[in-house]
Amino acid sequence: MAGIPHDHYKPKTGMQKWFHERLPIASLVYDTLTFPTPKNLNWMWIWGIVLTFCLALQIITGIILVMHYTPHVDLAFDSVEHIMRDVNGGWAFRYLHANGASLFFIAVYAHIFRGLFYGSYKAPREITWILGMLIYLMMMATGFLGYVLPWGQMSFWGATVITGLFGAIPGVGSILQEWLLGGPAVDNATLNRFFSLHYLLPFVIVGLVALHIWAFHTTGNNNPTGVEVRRKSKAEAQKDTVPFWPYYVMKDLFALVMIMIVFMAIVGFMPNYLGHPDNYIPANPLATPAHIVPEWYYLPFYAILRAITFDVLFLDAKFLGVLAMFGSIAVMALAPWTDTSPVRSGRYRPTFKIAFWILGFDFMLLMWCGAQPAEGLVPLVSLIGAIYWFAYFLIILPVLGWTEKTLPVPETIEADFDAHYPPKSSTVK
Amino acid sequence: MSEDKGNRRDFLYVATAGTGAVIGGAAVWPMINQMNPSADVQALSSIEVDVSDVEPGTQITVKWLGKPVFIRRRTSEEIKAARDVALEDLPDVDARNANASPVIGETETYAKDSNRSLDETGEWLVMMGVCTHLGCVPLGDAGDFGGWFCPCHGSHYDTAGRIRKGPAPENLPVPVAAFVDANTIKLG
Repeated sequence: MAGIPHDHYKPKTGMQKWFHERLPIASLVYDTLTFPTPKNLNWMWIWGIVLTFCLALQIITGIILVMHYTPHVDLAFDSVEHIMRDVNGGWAFRYLHANGASLFFIAVYAHIFRGLFYGSYKAPREITWILGMLIYLMMMATGFLGYVLPWGQMSFWGATVITGLFGAIPGVGSILQEWLLGGPAVDNATLNRFFSLHYLLPFVIVGLVALHIWAFHTTGNNNPTGVEVRRKSKAEAQKDTVPFWPYYVMKDLFALVMIMIVFMAIVGFMPNYLGHPDNYIPANPLATPAHIVPEWYYLPFYAILRAITFDVLFLDAKFLGVLAMFGSIAVMALAPWTDTSPVRSGRYRPTFKIAFWILGFDFMLLMWCGAQPAEGLVPLVSLIGAIYWFAYFLIILPVLGWTEKTLPVPETIEADFDAHYPPKSSTVK
Repeated sequence: MSEDKGNRRDFLYVATAGTGAVIGGAAVWPMINQMNPSADVQALSSIEVDVSDVEPGTQITVKWLGKPVFIRRRTSEEIKAARDVALEDLPDVDARNANASPVIGETETYAKDSNRSLDETGEWLVMMGVCTHLGCVPLGDAGDFGGWFCPCHGSHYDTAGRIRKGPAPENLPVPVAAFVDANTIKLG
């Protein structure tokens, strides 16, 4: 597929030419920022900038926290209290970092469900989608590793439970778990390696993000109609697009300011709302808190993990739960191939819309289940929720593609845009 | 050229850029300030030292603000040697004493021995054990002047801790110090 035709960087002065022939970085920045972007993007296309901001925020506040944190079982908890009480502005950096993780996940879920609704994952954007799923996995790993570092009760027992997932793998499980922990149980070796990896993975994410942006700049952005930008000529492409800078940069920054108002209010006034009080108790390997709950952003998948309470053939429930949890993300990554519909955007797919919104509800339901103790109706509801999750990706998406009667799709982005915002020449008579 | 050319859009540009600059500055300052000494470090800026066990002719070294401080109880010979030195023989004529008036030109800040010792008799000498050349710790009871000698680059200090020979530019500085009772010196 040919790229969208647009104006490229042209060095003007002698100095610019000299530099451009040796390192064309100005060209890279210019072409990335002025990239032709569909002019009909709605507010669900702001999350990419929010996510980029979150990544920068987490890396900057993280580097600052590391200047004052000590990764040792005897000192880690106290060094976090030292950050909170002694370090100039330390409390602000820690609360920004802890709540920044929540904002990061809110944004990534909005971004993923945006992609699911508008069919952003479909050809030719499969690689963008897969890279996104890898980024999401890395985010989950990084968030988990970081949560262990304050070395509170939730840190310790979270680490014990999550590494126990690997111990569930038949045969090699116990060897694998011991290798991950660096010993028979979570201890100083575990804390040190988690600290190292928590610092490493964000930079892996930076690399994946660069590839993610490169990939969708090669295929062009999707848009709410799912119709491709016309690219036979520059004049034609310009009717469907506006340059990313300044149009979308300004729009996205406005959205970011609105989000920051809410975020800063939470950081300032209710910084522990999303945390667990038990994590302000120093880690104690001899006593488990009464109710271990992961952070809210893991809850839907935690619920799927706990939904499997029965053995199947020679596989026990413990291992099946782990398979289901990782499988629930794997099936999402397969969406580009399981969705058989020729129509990309959910806007023109009436039946798909219903299935999609049920999936959204299912996600929230599983999140609620994950927060509850596994008793009463919760395991059954979790199981039904998990079944729908898999059915959506493995049955509903392929079948709908063959059976669904879709609505007419607009010819071009321009036609759709003009239908919403009639050109002035036709309204002013 | 008195005509005002600015329009509404210009004003909005300037107002937006100005607001952005203020917010940017407000966000960056805490990132710089977090590297300044934290509250627990500042709390250690003053310590009390028990000197009841220090005999004449010996010294102790204590750590204060992360650096060594020499506390020496001098013999009468050391005091005499230090007080007999002519000011013309000193490379650095400033007392370098944080307890003395810092006004330049005042005789009180001249590097005569009585301007550097802690008490009137000159028995107690308190100073930073950090060579003013490049920051090594000088050795006691050593050097050509019977005081301190820095092994790194060969600076010789006399029995009042004044630089006499070698590359160091200044006398060993005297920190803020005072007797709180007969046996206790407070640093800082």
